[in-house]
Amino acid sequence: MANIHQFEVIVVGGGGAGLMAGLYASKTAKTAIISKMYPTRSHTGAAQGGISAALGNYEEDKPEWHMYDTVKGSDYLGDQDAIEFMTNEAIDAVLELEHMGLPFDRTPEGRISQRPFGGHTNNETGKPVRRAAHAADRTGHMILQTLYQQCIKNKVNFFDEFQVLDFIMTDGKAAGVVAVELSTGELHTFHAKSVIFATGGYGRVFEVTSNAYAYTGDGPAILLRKGIPLEDMEFFQFHPTGIYKLGILITEGARGEGAVLINGKGERFMPKYAPTVKDLASRDVVSRAIYTEIKEGRGVDGKNYVYLDIRPETVNKIAAEDGRTNPDGSPLRITGEVVLQKIPDIVDFCRVYLGVDPVTQLMPVQPTAHYAMGGIPTNKFGEVVVDDKGTIVPGLFAAGECACVSVHGANRLGTNSLLDIVVFGKHAGLKAAEYAASAEFAKMPEDAESASRSEFDALRGGAGNANVYDLSNEMKNVMFADVGIYRNEKDMQSALEKVRELQKRFKDVKVGDTGKIFNTELLNAWELGNLLDIAEVVAASALNRKESRGGHSREDFPDRDDANWLKHTLITKKNGKLEISYKPVVITKHQPKPRIY
Amino acid sequence: MEVTVKIFRYNPEQDKRGHYETYKVEADENDRVLDVLELIKGHTDGSLAFRRSCAHGVCGSDAMRINGRNHLACKTLIRDVGANITIEPLLGLKVAKDLIVDMDPFFDNYKKMLPYMINDSPLPADGKERLQSPEQRARFDESTKCIMCAACTTSCPSFWASDEYYGPAAIIAAHRFIFDSRDEGASERLQVLSETDGVARCHTAFNCTNACPRDIHITQAIGEVKLAMVTGKLD
Ligand SMILES: Cc1cc2nc3c(=O)[nH]c(=O)nc-3n(C[C@H](O)[C@H](O)[C@H](O)COP(=O)(O)OP(=O)(O)OC[C@H]3O[C@@H](n4cnc5c(N)ncnc54)[C@H](O)[C@@H]3O)c2cc1C
Ligand code: SF4
Ligand code: FES
Repeated sequence: MANIHQFEVIVVGGGGAGLMAGLYASKTAKTAIISKMYPTRSHTGAAQGGISAALGNYEEDKPEWHMYDTVKGSDYLGDQDAIEFMTNEAIDAVLELEHMGLPFDRTPEGRISQRPFGGHTNNETGKPVRRAAHAADRTGHMILQTLYQQCIKNKVNFFDEFQVLDFIMTDGKAAGVVAVELSTGELHTFHAKSVIFATGGYGRVFEVTSNAYAYTGDGPAILLRKGIPLEDMEFFQFHPTGIYKLGILITEGARGEGAVLINGKGERFMPKYAPTVKDLASRDVVSRAIYTEIKEGRGVDGKNYVYLDIRPETVNKIAAEDGRTNPDGSPLRITGEVVLQKIPDIVDFCRVYLGVDPVTQLMPVQPTAHYAMGGIPTNKFGEVVVDDKGTIVPGLFAAGECACVSVHGANRLGTNSLLDIVVFGKHAGLKAAEYAASAEFAKMPEDAESASRSEFDALRGGAGNANVYDLSNEMKNVMFADVGIYRNEKDMQSALEKVRELQKRFKDVKVGDTGKIFNTELLNAWELGNLLDIAEVVAASALNRKESRGGHSREDFPDRDDANWLKHTLITKKNGKLEISYKPVVITKHQPKPRIY
Repeated sequence: MEVTVKIFRYNPEQDKRGHYETYKVEADENDRVLDVLELIKGHTDGSLAFRRSCAHGVCGSDAMRINGRNHLACKTLIRDVGANITIEPLLGLKVAKDLIVDMDPFFDNYKKMLPYMINDSPLPADGKERLQSPEQRARFDESTKCIMCAACTTSCPSFWASDEYYGPAAIIAAHRFIFDSRDEGASERLQVLSETDGVARCHTAFNCTNACPRDIHITQAIGEVKLAMVTGKLD
């Protein structure tokens, strides 16, 4: 065991949540960030539309409204204490990013510019409110860059292109992690007092997704194997507007700037489904509306897509009908130039991948698997909580998309994830350092690397009659078709069986590359193992929840059932068997009521 | 359509030097070059090594030479490059395996630019944002778009000649802060850039601007930095 490192705090993941955690933990504790990619490659950089905070830079807004919108958006499954904590911290969090140098777009007065986003409203009028602070349509890119730059300034330690394979626990306490250095294939042991997982999402279990190749759910899968539960895994968000077939995201900010959805008959259909906020309804509502249009034969050319229209003539006509105004009260009118200025990257994506110019042409879109509401259960300090009694694993933390605080409940509002990673990344970092200040290092077992070594050996020693690429496609197809936007008992049951069959066949994988240096074949295979484990718990949790709520819509149980299901799911795997238990939702200010947009 | 792909292969554990392998695959003209690489890796040769993540041109992982020019594999479609494709690693950085190059020197140059906001003045008394007009914000918008893919730096003859040269991407990072009205570190950065490895090595070959997948006007930005160095003015 030559490669042993010791840090008080180890952060696994160099995205927005991980960098923020590292930045804060390193203020008082010896900290390192381990990331399987160079941090600037993290998927936070793909986030487009904005980060929410009731700054009120254009119009009246308050954290209480932000809280209520988030609770309502979550379909009442979000924990209200955590939501209130987040929306109260939002303003300072966004201002802190500005002070760090983040180049937000500006209002004429030189303040941070804000745009409307789905589900964010003025609670008195019910009208959309400008709450999303943005830097064109690359807000996430600017957050990732700014936080990475701050880490450089503060000399945070990085282990770039190291992939964490295992979490080590001794006597129920965190002891560290095992990682492989991609450039050499060597295993490394990181002995730590606190370990923070910030590994991002797992959208790669679905066929059409806005998520990166790296979104393979490594963190949650590692912890699941350690007997730690995952929370609310049935709730996955399908974003309404992915580029047809490719899944590349077209930000909701496009609709915030006035774009509307059009079906195959050329009709605007959102007013039918959400009379007040129309195209700016919550994501689950819009995705279901698109799906319904397609199912009822109103997709484009009988295919499974509709159009998003941001052509100035359409936007201006509809803005006039809806009486939409600019911040100064004048009627909202846009030009082609405004489109180019507000969503330049989207225009670029459409031109490159579709050969379509959104200023003059329609964009073909379909819902795309986008965001994991569920994940590693934590409290608002990032401590991992394993049951309904608040029991924690000393030294183990999680933050960002891989975690479930839960502030997003059954459906996340746009721009609330960037807020989540900044707020809870920070608090996880602070708490991890605080814990490290008083805790001793837990003993690291002699053979810490043995489990990782055997996992690799198994992948190298299979019978060889299964192919990673094919297994992965089979999983994605069945999950998208049968555990997607609409779900029912029969399809989910068969999907679950299919995933289990794939898990069996996965044992026959034999990695051909026997080398050590950048053995990406081996790591892709290992990641597929994670995705299959995650797919299994997603399908099983979804099958178990017999109601429809937020992102989880069942044809056989179309209504929300607060009497029986106003509770979080916890799923664990013990001796190869899944077990489901529950924990109550924290309700403070807002009693559940029907959700109408 | 059938596509013929010739790929540079080098595995330091087995090979003394690199060689090329040719693969034939079925692809659609709207497929990304990255899709084709995935297909080859998935079905023909799993050991083929390349980096990728976002698959839509925003993370900067997969810059490589496609038919002799630097591109992101995920932002280049078969219809743009035709049915005969040659794919090679970036030039000027050490090849670690196949299409993967050692990026550490590239990131080291970035770090030398003091790439973070320098402003020790007190924050506004109300605790709110530092004000910046839309025009001041627009001044450095171009250089905020950089995804650090290294396509520019590795297409630059001055960088090939000496990897001591910081390279265009690092200068773009400096530009992003030098022209930000909130930043106070311009003179420190200009000092770094006036050293022998700094902007003087740029001979305006324009390769960088042509290579940039984010359409950043790099040569112009470098020109602005040179001008600021001479005049001491930042407008
Ligand atoms: C296209 C797109 C647009 C979006 N737009 C918005 C938006 O406008 N507003 C908003 O609020 N949200 C948006 N979201 C959601 C939001 O961007 C993400 O949820 C958030 O950025 C996730 O941040 P993170 O830090 O949790 O994960 P990431 O930024 O993905 O970071 C994960 C990190 O973990 C590392 N990692 C993973 N596994 C391992 C391992 N085994 N070992 C070591 N390291 C590992 C990776 O290298 C990476 O550094 C968007 C998402 C997408 C996909
Ligand atoms: S300037 Fe352009 S080519 Fe150079 S690293 Fe940045 S994005 Fe890549
Ligand atoms: S994979 Fe992210 S830029 Fe190509």
